[in-house]
Amino acid sequence: MLGHDGGKSGETREAYQAFRKWLDSQPDNRVLRKSEQAENFFRKIGITFNVYGEEAADERLIPFDVVPRVLSGNEWRKLSKGIEQRVRAINAFLYDIYHRQEILRAGRVPESLIANNAAFLPKMMGFDPPGGIYTHIIGTDIVRTGPDEFYVLEDNARTPSGVSYMLENREIMLQMFPELFADIPIREVSDYPSWLRRSLSSCAPAACLDKPTVAVLTPGTFNSAYFEHSFLADQMGAELIEGSDLRVIDGRVAMRTTQGYKPVDVIYRRIDDEYLDPLNFNPESMLGVPGIFDVYRAGGVTIANAPGTGIADDKALYSYMPEIVKFYTGEEPLLKNVPTWRCSEPDQLAEVLDKLDELVVKEVHGSGGYGMLIGPTASKQEIADFRAKLKEQPEGYIAQPTLALSTVPIFTEQGLAPRHVDFRPFVLMAPNSIDIVPGGLTRVAMNEGSLVVNSSQGGGTKDTWVLDD
Amino acid sequence: MLGKTASGLFWMFRYLERAEATARLLDAGFRIALTRAGSSRSEWQSVLTTVGQLDAFKARHGEPNSSKVIEFLLSDRDNPSSIISMVKSARDNARGVRIGLTSEVWEATNESWMTLDKLLRGTIPEADLPDTLTTIRQQNALVRGATTGTMLRNDGFNFVRLGTFIERADNTARILDVKYYLLLPSISQVGSTLDIKQWETILRSVSALRSYQWLHGATVNPRDIAQFLILHEQMPRSLAFCYNKICDNLGYLAKNYDNRTESCELADRIHLDYLGRSMDAIFDDGLHEFIESFLDANNRLASQISTDYSFGPAA
Repeated sequence: MLGHDGGKSGETREAYQAFRKWLDSQPDNRVLRKSEQAENFFRKIGITFNVYGEEAADERLIPFDVVPRVLSGNEWRKLSKGIEQRVRAINAFLYDIYHRQEILRAGRVPESLIANNAAFLPKMMGFDPPGGIYTHIIGTDIVRTGPDEFYVLEDNARTPSGVSYMLENREIMLQMFPELFADIPIREVSDYPSWLRRSLSSCAPAACLDKPTVAVLTPGTFNSAYFEHSFLADQMGAELIEGSDLRVIDGRVAMRTTQGYKPVDVIYRRIDDEYLDPLNFNPESMLGVPGIFDVYRAGGVTIANAPGTGIADDKALYSYMPEIVKFYTGEEPLLKNVPTWRCSEPDQLAEVLDKLDELVVKEVHGSGGYGMLIGPTASKQEIADFRAKLKEQPEGYIAQPTLALSTVPIFTEQGLAPRHVDFRPFVLMAPNSIDIVPGGLTRVAMNEGSLVVNSSQGGGTKDTWVLDD
Repeated sequence: MLGKTASGLFWMFRYLERAEATARLLDAGFRIALTRAGSSRSEWQSVLTTVGQLDAFKARHGEPNSSKVIEFLLSDRDNPSSIISMVKSARDNARGVRIGLTSEVWEATNESWMTLDKLLRGTIPEADLPDTLTTIRQQNALVRGATTGTMLRNDGFNFVRLGTFIERADNTARILDVKYYLLLPSISQVGSTLDIKQWETILRSVSALRSYQWLHGATVNPRDIAQFLILHEQMPRSLAFCYNKICDNLGYLAKNYDNRTESCELADRIHLDYLGRSMDAIFDDGLHEFIESFLDANNRLASQISTDYSFGPAA
């Protein structure tokens, strides 16, 4: 059972053996009892999220499973190499798209995909972001289908969330089962906040002459990820700001402090491009700062991630990622892309319509597991509805096969049971380095057979171990 | 630090202080109602007046009685001045200023909210009231303990203390004002059991019965009580004590920021004008007038602090 993670059913994979031994030696009920305490721990520290569209459900907990996901040192090295390659390519792609657009000239990516894309920001054209970095933080979603088969599902290049769960899941495991960490060589993840701070500070804007002031920009306490925003600011020793704390003064973005306005140098923003600046983007936005984008372009502030990075993780562009990796790195991609049908192309659309009941159909601009069709488990009505949507607006969708995802064990009252998972390591990019904390967020579909791991759809999380072997 | 953070810390501790003061008032009121040492209706009326909720209560429930007042001030989630609402406001403020708090303070505050949220559901039977109020005070003590035990003594802590003592001064002054005038007529019955019990409630409302007795023995004397609550510098809920702390903390801020604000001047002035005089002088001017004017000055100081230290949004 322990070892579906790419292994054959029934055998315990190498990486899990130490954990298995420990688990077998546990007295009856200890793990169950501890696992029930986990909820209290999370409530106490306030690690909660809000589900949009559910009124009474403010501040819900994400279910936590006590069985860690374990990756061997070798698996991790392979994986992180592939991620590094991909992230490097994404940053180079963004630079190119906002400058000479060589990749479009070379015909590797269709121009229409960029020009007509809402995630493309023409106002970023010709601008060099501080340190040459567009994507300071990337969360690469990865699934596994076999011992050596990793697929990238999504490159989250805008404002990937979930890193606080990586850190708190580890924290709770340390509290519940400290002996595990004494006995098994598990690599640490706790450096993430200081690496993040270092990484952000290394991209200070031209106007910053001293030690950079770093701040996290949050939409506020009502946002579903507010806990994470405050957590990261706290752990980094940075300020946590909202648009209402800021204004533009003398070409700088300044925050209102108890001693008057003070300039902010690097803003790790957790709000979307569209809401950043009502003068430059959505004029209705109450979350942003009027004029911040002009300050950015003039070198007065660094915005991380850079505005306009969404063009790189757009689902319509996803199918071109192997091309993009080859184009900018000159290498074959180390990580696989899920085969993808582009519904905007008539022959591919026909194919998709032909076998809707086998495919996963996603909205090009959707996220969080909303607005997608999972063919094999969908009802006839749902399939019919999607068929109509696809015919009406084919360019709004892509389709992918359902992968034979590997499972990992979770702890249930009846014992261990296999569930589907995905994995999001967090990548930090600085002018001279790419750092990936050995670990990440493992999301798990808590319902038997389910493939949807999103927290907004009942998914849970577990600790992820990278072994130092 | 951000003005918003300073404001959040200030208000978080105002709410905590007020919630605790309300718990004490309920405790003292309930004791009177139980012992039937006086008319329980007038007792509850005075509790409501002290917290400024008499009109709001009457509009909802009519004449005060034990169970209604207890529910209104304890667990009524529609009443922003109930203990549960104030604990929630404190917790909401804490959540907003999470980075200005140590994890110990945040977790104590959050846990305190979770505990009371569960405890204060539905109607609390009167028999459970003493235990319930004890839990509320204990939870508050945990937050306070985490605060003094773990927080850096920086500007954030100064705003914590300012919120605490501005609110406390307000609460003590109100208790004195309302109770004193309710009880004055009974001076004629000096020595009767009823009289002593009544005066004791004032001291209970500020958790100071024992310390008063340490200083004055068993004799309860209205003038001594007033002196104790206004001018006694060792009594942690007296106006003098609160203003010593307020002036200290504004002084630390002035030093830290190298900027003596209008708030510092105003606090020193209030300290001198109201608390730098003798009890005789206060009684000569009239205690009620003194308190009204003090409350007004205290409010002005709170709003001056919010101006001087940029509590509002950027404009």
